[in-house]
Amino acid sequence: MLQVAQKTDDYLSRFAQVEARLAGDGAAFLLPIRKKAIERFAELGFPTTRDEDWRFTNVGPIARTAFGAATRDGEAVEAQQLATSALLQADWPRLVFVNGHVAPQLSSVGKLPGGVRLESLAAVAHADPEALQQHLARHADYQDHPFTALNTAFMEDGAYVHIPKGVYLEQPIHLVFVSTADAGPVVSHPRNLIVAETGSQATIIETYLGLGDGVYFTNAVTEIIVGENAVIDHYKVGREAQQAYHVGTTQIHQDRSSNASSHAVTIGGALVRNDINTVLDGEGAQCTLNGLYLVSGRQHVDNHLRVEHAKPHCDSREFFKGVLDGHGKAVFTGRIIVRKDAQKTDAKQTNMNLLLSDHAQVDTKPQLEIFANDVKCTHGATIGQIDENAMFYLRSRGLSEPASRGLLVYAFASEAIDRIQPQLLRAQLRQTLFDWLPEGHRLQDAR
Amino acid sequence: MLEIRNLHASVEGHEILKGVDLTVNAGELHSIMGPNGSGKSTLAQVLAGRDTYEVTQGEVLYEGRNLLEMAPDERARAGVFMAFQYPVEIPGVNTAYFLRAALNAIRKHRGLEELDAADFLDWVKDKMKLVDMDERLLNRSINEGFSGGEKKRGEILQMAVLEPKLAIMDETDSGLDIDALKIVAKGVNTLRSADRAIIVITHYQRILDYIVPDFVHVLVDGRIVRSGGKELAIELEEKGYAGMEQKNAATESIAS
Ligand SMILES: Nc1ncnc2c1ncn2[C@@H]1O[C@H](COP(=O)(O)OP(=O)(O)OP(=O)(O)O)[C@@H](O)[C@H]1O
Ligand SMILES: [Mg+2]
Repeated sequence: MLQVAQKTDDYLSRFAQVEARLAGDGAAFLLPIRKKAIERFAELGFPTTRDEDWRFTNVGPIARTAFGAATRDGEAVEAQQLATSALLQADWPRLVFVNGHVAPQLSSVGKLPGGVRLESLAAVAHADPEALQQHLARHADYQDHPFTALNTAFMEDGAYVHIPKGVYLEQPIHLVFVSTADAGPVVSHPRNLIVAETGSQATIIETYLGLGDGVYFTNAVTEIIVGENAVIDHYKVGREAQQAYHVGTTQIHQDRSSNASSHAVTIGGALVRNDINTVLDGEGAQCTLNGLYLVSGRQHVDNHLRVEHAKPHCDSREFFKGVLDGHGKAVFTGRIIVRKDAQKTDAKQTNMNLLLSDHAQVDTKPQLEIFANDVKCTHGATIGQIDENAMFYLRSRGLSEPASRGLLVYAFASEAIDRIQPQLLRAQLRQTLFDWLPEGHRLQDAR
Repeated sequence: MLEIRNLHASVEGHEILKGVDLTVNAGELHSIMGPNGSGKSTLAQVLAGRDTYEVTQGEVLYEGRNLLEMAPDERARAGVFMAFQYPVEIPGVNTAYFLRAALNAIRKHRGLEELDAADFLDWVKDKMKLVDMDERLLNRSINEGFSGGEKKRGEILQMAVLEPKLAIMDETDSGLDIDALKIVAKGVNTLRSADRAIIVITHYQRILDYIVPDFVHVLVDGRIVRSGGKELAIELEEKGYAGMEQKNAATESIAS
């Protein structure tokens, strides 16, 4: 690949301004971290397809675009518009961010039980920086991941969620990141920190939503710390706009006997990269990484998973399904690292793809690095097309060609949707799938 | 109702049907018998619209229309039904949903009101009694994990629900025990009426003890070599297909 005119310098010079502005802020502990991160970014630059981790995803369009900093125009978003397109649920506590900044008038935290905290990260950094010090930027790797480095250098706002010891939160917490990009290309760096203390349990849903047709770039990082015996179910729903770029890392750190699940559903965006990383850092921890991507037009969706078995007796399950139409492209990388001490590891990885067009393309590969000798590791990837026998069977009973096709795609994808626990979210995503499918409206009552 | 004239069909350049002629009128039940690989399923699949078979010669008229020009789903909506010799398993597609969608597509075509889920359930429950099928199968994926007998009875159930004008049963009797065979026969006999035609493709004379055909045809190597009444099935049982072929060869040599 040719060395492109990258906008690395833009970010470096902008950092000087940010540095000056944030210097007086309460979170003084962050400043040296930001500096280290931007220095690291200066060294790394944007990744190219020569980097193994980015072989199939060319971020040239992001590197070449001059993105301005996103403004705080939260007022511009109508609550009504948001309610319909972000599919808000009245009884879910939520924080809404517009172009990276918290929008209090759209948020609704309500009364949370047992001392649960759901606050703007910027506000906490200002008023109570000690709360962040232990975990913020300690888990998501900014040494080797240029986009995480950028986020770490520029992070301003996002959600801080803290679930105290033993607290069970019944309602999911909804974090909504809205981008409005009508005023030229802008970038935002949402940053979330979710800490679940020992024995706690919660569900967190992140929705990324694009309003308008402009070009923008969301560069998000979420760190999730799952304490001993805690249970966290995390959902990331990507509904970015048609011309949007999205690069996001979900970094999960798991303690002994904890249980974490992550579900990454990608529907929108021109270029999307989801890094989902878990470190199983305590005996008996379990993680399940599920995902679904619906890719059409000229969309490019890359899911990059990294599960690190650091301790013995941990289980990991990966289950990603994708449907590709048009000239859509998808990449799936499932890296499983089993450390020397991680005996009795049980890891299973599945990636299944359904191609609806001759022009769609999938690159899928497992990467196993196993340093222990008593482990169970299985992986399987499939790339298939609609089963012609099934098509003929359905059509021979009177279902039209598009209806038959829609039904078969629905059957394929619904296996991933069925795994979504919150009933309302599952129903919304099923509806999204119907909307996406040809003649999907006819399938409304397929379940 | 159905007129097949000099039908030739091949797959991957290999000719399987070598000039089939057959006329089926409303109210009639025809049985087509023939040895393995003689082209019985090919004929059924061509009539249902499977595009892996290429029709190279001949024509098929269904109610005066050129059947071969119609898409498979169009044929189904116009009243053609084929019970598959090997019903297809479709994971993830709910049987009840599928059956209702199919029924509604056909009802819509016939100018009837579509049935909602509740009305459909009433409709289908009666039909399930007819084939002695467990209602729980409705909530499973199409044919997935069904036993061989359940799959065959499922085809009869679909036929009973969709009420076709022309039903083609491709070896629906094969591999069934005597009780299941009687159920299949009951399903077929219930459907028999003056405005319907049924073609029962079979390997064995056994089912014809329960379904009495008006006509029997013997298909050997892609051609109908003999046609007759139900007594032909009995002759076939005694002499086997080899005898039929010989007779056919004899007829041909006389003709030439
Ligand atoms: N899709 C196909 N591709 C290649 N050959 C085929 C295909 N379908 C049928 N054939 C061949 O055509 C011939 C006729 O097959 P067909 O299934 O019509 O026979 P049949 O009379 O139904 O046999 P059976 O009694 O075993 O069901 C066989 O030699 C078979 O191998
Ligand atoms: Mg056959």
